[in-house]
Amino acid sequence: MGRRVVVTGIGVLAPGGIGAENFWSLLSEGRTATRGITFFDPSSFRSQIAAEADFDAERSGLSPQEIRRMDRAAQFGVVTAREALADSGLDQAGLDPYRTGVTIGSAVGATRGLDEEYRVVSDGGRLDLVDHRYTPQHLYNHFVPSSFSAEVAWAVGAEGPNTVVSTGCTSGIDSVGHAVELIREGSVDVMIAGATDAPISPITMACFDAIKATTPRNDEPEHASRPFDGTRNGFVLGEGSAVFVLEELTAARARGAHIYAEIAGYASRCNAFHMTGLRPDGREMGEAIRVALDEARINPEAIDYINAHGSGTKQNDRHETAAFKLSLGEHAYRTPISSIKSMVGHSLGAIGSIEIAASLLAMENHVVPPTANLHTPDPECDLDYVPLVAREHTTDTVLTVGSGFGGFQSAMVLARPERSAA
Amino acid sequence: MSQPEFTVEDLKRILVEGAGADEGVDLDSDILDTGFESLGYESLALLETAGRIEREFGITLDDEVFIDNPTPRELVAAVNAKLPGSVAA
Amino acid sequence: MTARVVITGIGIATPNGFGVEDYWAATRVGKSAIGRITRFDPTQYPARLAGEIRGFDARDHLPGRLIPQTDRMTQLALVATDSAFEDAGVKPGDIPEYEMGVVTASTAGGFEFGQNELQALWSRGSQHVSAYQSFAWFYAVNSGQISIRNGMRGHSAVVVSDQAGGLDAIAQARRQIRKGSKLICSGGVDASICPWGWVAQLANGRVSTSENTERAYLPFDADASGYVPGEGGALLILEDAEAARQRGAENVYGEIAGYGSTFDPRPGSGREPGLRRAIELALADADAEPSDIGVVFADAAGTPELDRVEAEALIEVFGAAGVPVTAPKTMTGRLYSGAAPVDVVTAVLAMREGLIPPTVNVSLSPEYDIDLVTAQPRTAHVRNALVVARGYGGFNSAMVVRGTDR
Repeated sequence: MGRRVVVTGIGVLAPGGIGAENFWSLLSEGRTATRGITFFDPSSFRSQIAAEADFDAERSGLSPQEIRRMDRAAQFGVVTAREALADSGLDQAGLDPYRTGVTIGSAVGATRGLDEEYRVVSDGGRLDLVDHRYTPQHLYNHFVPSSFSAEVAWAVGAEGPNTVVSTGCTSGIDSVGHAVELIREGSVDVMIAGATDAPISPITMACFDAIKATTPRNDEPEHASRPFDGTRNGFVLGEGSAVFVLEELTAARARGAHIYAEIAGYASRCNAFHMTGLRPDGREMGEAIRVALDEARINPEAIDYINAHGSGTKQNDRHETAAFKLSLGEHAYRTPISSIKSMVGHSLGAIGSIEIAASLLAMENHVVPPTANLHTPDPECDLDYVPLVAREHTTDTVLTVGSGFGGFQSAMVLARPERSAA
Repeated sequence: MSQPEFTVEDLKRILVEGAGADEGVDLDSDILDTGFESLGYESLALLETAGRIEREFGITLDDEVFIDNPTPRELVAAVNAKLPGSVAA
Repeated sequence: MTARVVITGIGIATPNGFGVEDYWAATRVGKSAIGRITRFDPTQYPARLAGEIRGFDARDHLPGRLIPQTDRMTQLALVATDSAFEDAGVKPGDIPEYEMGVVTASTAGGFEFGQNELQALWSRGSQHVSAYQSFAWFYAVNSGQISIRNGMRGHSAVVVSDQAGGLDAIAQARRQIRKGSKLICSGGVDASICPWGWVAQLANGRVSTSENTERAYLPFDADASGYVPGEGGALLILEDAEAARQRGAENVYGEIAGYGSTFDPRPGSGREPGLRRAIELALADADAEPSDIGVVFADAAGTPELDRVEAEALIEVFGAAGVPVTAPKTMTGRLYSGAAPVDVVTAVLAMREGLIPPTVNVSLSPEYDIDLVTAQPRTAHVRNALVVARGYGGFNSAMVVRGTDR
């Protein structure tokens, strides 16, 4: 086995849970952070609910100039990168800038900033030929979301490979997977890797309204995100970020770092079927899981917990349930599975990294977070989705998966590095 | 003034504007009883079409309108039933 | 881990040429396509020149059902991909579906599609936003649509690192082939010449405001005053060299031999920019000495400070005037994520013909001691070419492309 990659630092910013500690309290207590939208007047929209983060940029340590030039998603990314670095016990002085890289996942980039600025330069949509005299200098940073990974690199002092990974709603897994490949191949020793999205804006709500992907359960926002429940009718949009410090295993051990887990396996497949639709048989996600397990040299039976995509659309929940059965066989029925989107909503590209954070914290605490709001099982989703209440459960090996527009299906296996080869 | 009416010609126009047309399908042939799927339109195309019909005719269609009415003949009837002046079915 | 990765098919769409033959015929003789913007009336804007692809009608190439759900950059990418597959002589089904993937770069996504939907939202209301806005503008759309059209179910990816992204995507494709994929379609296309895209590009302060098509984009010239944006790009079919040989691939244009990528230090740090290191990493990865490189396709930013950084890095690695340097992108404008894939194509075509295309309109500033190929194409036997690409904010990528003996 060549170079192995471990997580030594976590930073999380999620609705209802800013900072890893608060985030874990929310999940382990099964509380939900979905609510009626407060960022703008949602009354003309079909779905009027979101999981909003109560984020104060200045209190989170950003300078006034950083705040001015960054989209909200970039701000999230910088804050969580700093938290992860502090958590890892590495500091900037201890990082070799040339051997440290950055990958940041984001599905929709600076969509909120673009929406706001478009409204101004077009004077409320009236001007076809938008007015450049009203553009702020940082508009180019919104135009190209690689500004996110640039900001993170500046914040931590990384001068190695740097990119944004943007594969829709699997971005948060694929960004970390990409980073793992860079450490394994020897291009870098440390990666600051994760994802961020802040999509709660009128244009995002409108496009998901148009395809009826988000739930119209406006009368009970705190119970609106209902993955695997028979009464679910769409997802709840969220926002947030999670960023990790990834290191090569022997280097992490040599400096006595706390190791959360090894990223033991990763794979991504494409369904080549439809930009938004899923084939009910779950074949491509099943294949991604199979390859990720294979890379990790782990048998399906070793999986202790599955952190599901669990978006809360009927199509997803059934697709994913089929994929678990396809790839894990009988073991799928014995494995606790949960969707934290029931609590923190679906933050598009960010959620994959936020779910990796949840998985790592589940391993840390030997507690599996629940699927909130799951009262009425869907007969077609017949696995153990850990309804309502967190469960104490020996958790040494976790599978986390994602599925997104464009057909991307990704799977990642997290394991304790000292595990014996299966 | 005559009541607004939703015709199969309206439907064809809106389908093509919103979702284009499959080269293998002749929309000008008798399509009234051909399923939308056979006409080359999948769920997303039909959501876009429903949205356009709602905007143009000022009505609200059920989420499942294309599932309950899988052919042009049925859909035209369902839309007309929603238009002002129609006798509720 | 070190399987050789070769280019076996090319699809290209640029302002000065649609398709490989057309593009090379224009490029080898220095035919520029920079002109006044026609896609909208640019009169009110301080910059009015661009490299536009004229006469492209997606309906001539793509199914009618795809047109309303695709931005121009996706339409161009799909058409280029079709050409690349045809050129490679691969049909969907020839290769197992899980062993084929798509890795593209994007800079701004489907910005024109986004503009239209933002306008619908703010002028007419949220109910007027298209169902296709849910994906047609986002950065992953080209990989998704290409995978669907060609039945590719293997590892796919999307990277965004502004203009460096074109090389980062090809490098990621090579990585996936080395991990076991047989074929990856890779490259990038951007097309943001719409009013909303235009004002966003102007905001970076680097777009030339010259009205003279021959004086607007002059990298390494004493009169350098910014760049001209363009649209287009290229998609390449990349294969494991052994797999390509086994299937009897007819075109093997060249090999992706080396790659390096760095990020500049924080502004104001006083530390050295990362470009030299990226070039050195690419050379080392290709197991090449500087003297093995026969031509450099420069990033050619067109602003004095960035030109100076690039010239210094090249001199540091290759010595003063140590290698021919060229920037055919002076004919097309800067194509963002499409630029580097186009340069990779130009590199393999140049090596094939033994002809380095020129940097048009530029008179080399005496300040830069580089061997810039200007005015006329230059004949040269080249075995290895270096492509340099940089993105706004500090992204540096470099790639060594090796020619194949014919």
